Amino acid sequence: MLLGRTANGLYWMHRYIERAENIARLVDTGHHVALTGDGDQIDSWTSVLQSAGAAGAFQAVHGQVDAQKAIDFMLRDESNSSSVLQCFETARSNGRMVRTALTREVWENINTAWMNLKAALSSPVDEKRLPELLNLIKRESALIRGAFVGTMLRDERFDFARLGTFIERADNTARILDVKYYVLLPGTSWVGSALDTQQWESILRSVSAHRSYRWVYDVRYKPANIIDFLVLNPRMPRSLAFCATNIVDNLDYLERDYGVRHACHDTAGETLARLKATSATDIIDKGLHEFLIEFISGNNKLGNEIADAYRFY
Amino acid sequence: MTAFDEMRKDETTRWPYQSYDEWYARQTAEDLKRKSADAEQVFRRTGITFNVYGEAEAAERLIPFDIVPRILSGAEWRRLAQGIEQRVVALNAFLDDIYNRQEIVKAGRLPVELIARNKTFLPEMLGMKPPGGVYTHIIGTDIVRTGEHDFYVLEDNARTPSGVSYMLENRETMMQLFPELFRDIRVRPVENYPELLRRSLEAVAPPVCDGPPTVAVLTPGIYNSAYFEHAFLADQMGCELVEGSDLRIENGRVAMRTTAGYKPIDVLYRRVDDDFLDPLTFRPDSALGVAGIMDVYRAGGITIANAPGTGISDDKAIYSYMPEIVEFYTGRKAILPNVPTWRCSEADSLAYVLEHLGSLVVKEVHGSGGYGMLVGPAASKKEREAFAAKLKANPANYIAQPTLALSTCPILTEKGLAPRHVDLRPFVLVSDQVRIVPGGLTRVALKEGSLVVNSSQGGGTKDTWVLDD
Repeated sequence: MLLGRTANGLYWMHRYIERAENIARLVDTGHHVALTGDGDQIDSWTSVLQSAGAAGAFQAVHGQVDAQKAIDFMLRDESNSSSVLQCFETARSNGRMVRTALTREVWENINTAWMNLKAALSSPVDEKRLPELLNLIKRESALIRGAFVGTMLRDERFDFARLGTFIERADNTARILDVKYYVLLPGTSWVGSALDTQQWESILRSVSAHRSYRWVYDVRYKPANIIDFLVLNPRMPRSLAFCATNIVDNLDYLERDYGVRHACHDTAGETLARLKATSATDIIDKGLHEFLIEFISGNNKLGNEIADAYRFY
Repeated sequence: MTAFDEMRKDETTRWPYQSYDEWYARQTAEDLKRKSADAEQVFRRTGITFNVYGEAEAAERLIPFDIVPRILSGAEWRRLAQGIEQRVVALNAFLDDIYNRQEIVKAGRLPVELIARNKTFLPEMLGMKPPGGVYTHIIGTDIVRTGEHDFYVLEDNARTPSGVSYMLENRETMMQLFPELFRDIRVRPVENYPELLRRSLEAVAPPVCDGPPTVAVLTPGIYNSAYFEHAFLADQMGCELVEGSDLRIENGRVAMRTTAGYKPIDVLYRRVDDDFLDPLTFRPDSALGVAGIMDVYRAGGITIANAPGTGISDDKAIYSYMPEIVEFYTGRKAILPNVPTWRCSEADSLAYVLEHLGSLVVKEVHGSGGYGMLVGPAASKKEREAFAAKLKANPANYIAQPTLALSTCPILTEKGLAPRHVDLRPFVLVSDQVRIVPGGLTRVALKEGSLVVNSSQGGGTKDTWVLDD
């Protein structure tokens, strides 16, 4: 038993940390594509902004996309509630609100991360400084995660935090795939071309899976394998199946603790069952875009059901 | 004005500081400087900050911490502790009296208008008997020193005194920085304060509570200047930190919204002012409290610590009567004297104060935190004149005290040790018994010569050691 507001704070603190990390990874991908690709740079930053769910907000402020502005917008813009800096600001605010539910180590790491990133992102980011900055963001979130996993009691506090992490991660992975779903469809004219390979690699890179893909599948990228990896593979830590499994596990712990089963338990269970019963080919046949849209809205619904069940508000 | 220095007298070191001074002599300036920087890092990382109202930039600031401890001998402390205990017992008896029989008024020892016309007096509390008969559970008694044996009580903070988290964090930090000092010098521990606080609060659970009491800390939220402390205490006591929005009245109890439904609270350590506690009884626009909590309280459904209406006992006009109050309720002379105080409501005193404005400190009777006061010797002629006008317009709103030569204790500066003025706030818990941890929060005016120790006005803090002798 803990305050509903505390459960809410833990949940959102972890959603925002997860989001910050994903945004950093997307910026990294954009930067990498810009350095290696022969495609249109503006196009690649536009798609990065779309994957981050920030294209509309960006356009409202800046209009035309350019690399510098896109990087700045995603890393440090105060008007962008999902910029890395704002994510850390919100995560830390939530952490401060639920200070009593965190170990000292977790709190100190989130507080330090916030101070360090605030300092590092106090001025516009030029591309020279970008790799160092992205490393800093990754390192800070790794430290928070390390302190969290290493010091938190495995009780309901842990469960609510993990639910935040995996709901956010599932949403992010699904969105990344959806922005690029067309390059994974069979029958587009340049299948297997250099451009395709580059697009596929950028998808994998934005979920840090471009190396591990080769350990699981073969050296060549194949759309069906990429879909299998990011959607269905239960061992890939950013796949939808992995997230769904963790959500079900954490909800099960809560059910055991409280002795009560809620609507969110059924929704999470059904989502996982559906993922287990499907194959990459099924998804392609049904339509990847339709599949993802349905998943994202189901994931949102699940988030709301969790908030209802455990009286977040 | 020469001040009493607590570390050195002429060229010799006063004995409580002897072991420390020997250790100090072995340190290099660089080492100490580095330790000082380490301490700041610890505070920053931990987020031990306070918010300054009205400053958009640097909304969260650190209170400067000085690494030189303020040291009291066991004997000095014992006398202080006795005097404080006597005083808090008298304060509670006084509150019980004025909210019930009002014998002190009937006996002609306290003018009735000081109560009747006092805005910190809450008529809603009349006839109220809180659980255990305790009104003010947590008190921070401000003590100043002017000589070897001269300690005075400057203020009784009987509403919602803050600073205890600094006492605890200061000690924790010192033990991290200088473990060898704590090995060689026997300092009495303060770490058990949260446990004592929890026990004190549980001991005054309301009659309706029939199991282990549920305790919660009520905070105005993360933007409050003392939020760090609220979270710290809830964490250390292992209880929930609640906000008004978490609470509602259910079945005649104050209940908090938890992940498993609403759960009643037995004892609420509130860090929200009286005015904001219950929009149905006090300020209707308050979102920080709970609508209806006063009804539950009056019906015995919850203990509120400190009780509403305790502010009257740290009103500065009432303060001036504390020697009489202590004697009236304990039958003995006060062990710790008051600072001589002129009540400007009295014509003779007002005339004296106006004439000697240059040497006095003038305070608002309901003021706190160093706001709205005049430090005569430090003020310009213009400031004094402006203040005199305010005084004449509303004399009853002010009291005046001599500018005390507060004792000094050294701080570490660029040029080594240098004396700065200090005060002391020990923390006292009143419940089934009186509990005082040996020590308190030493506040220090960091500016040379300054007498204002408030953190909102450029003061810092020190660890306070009571020797186990």
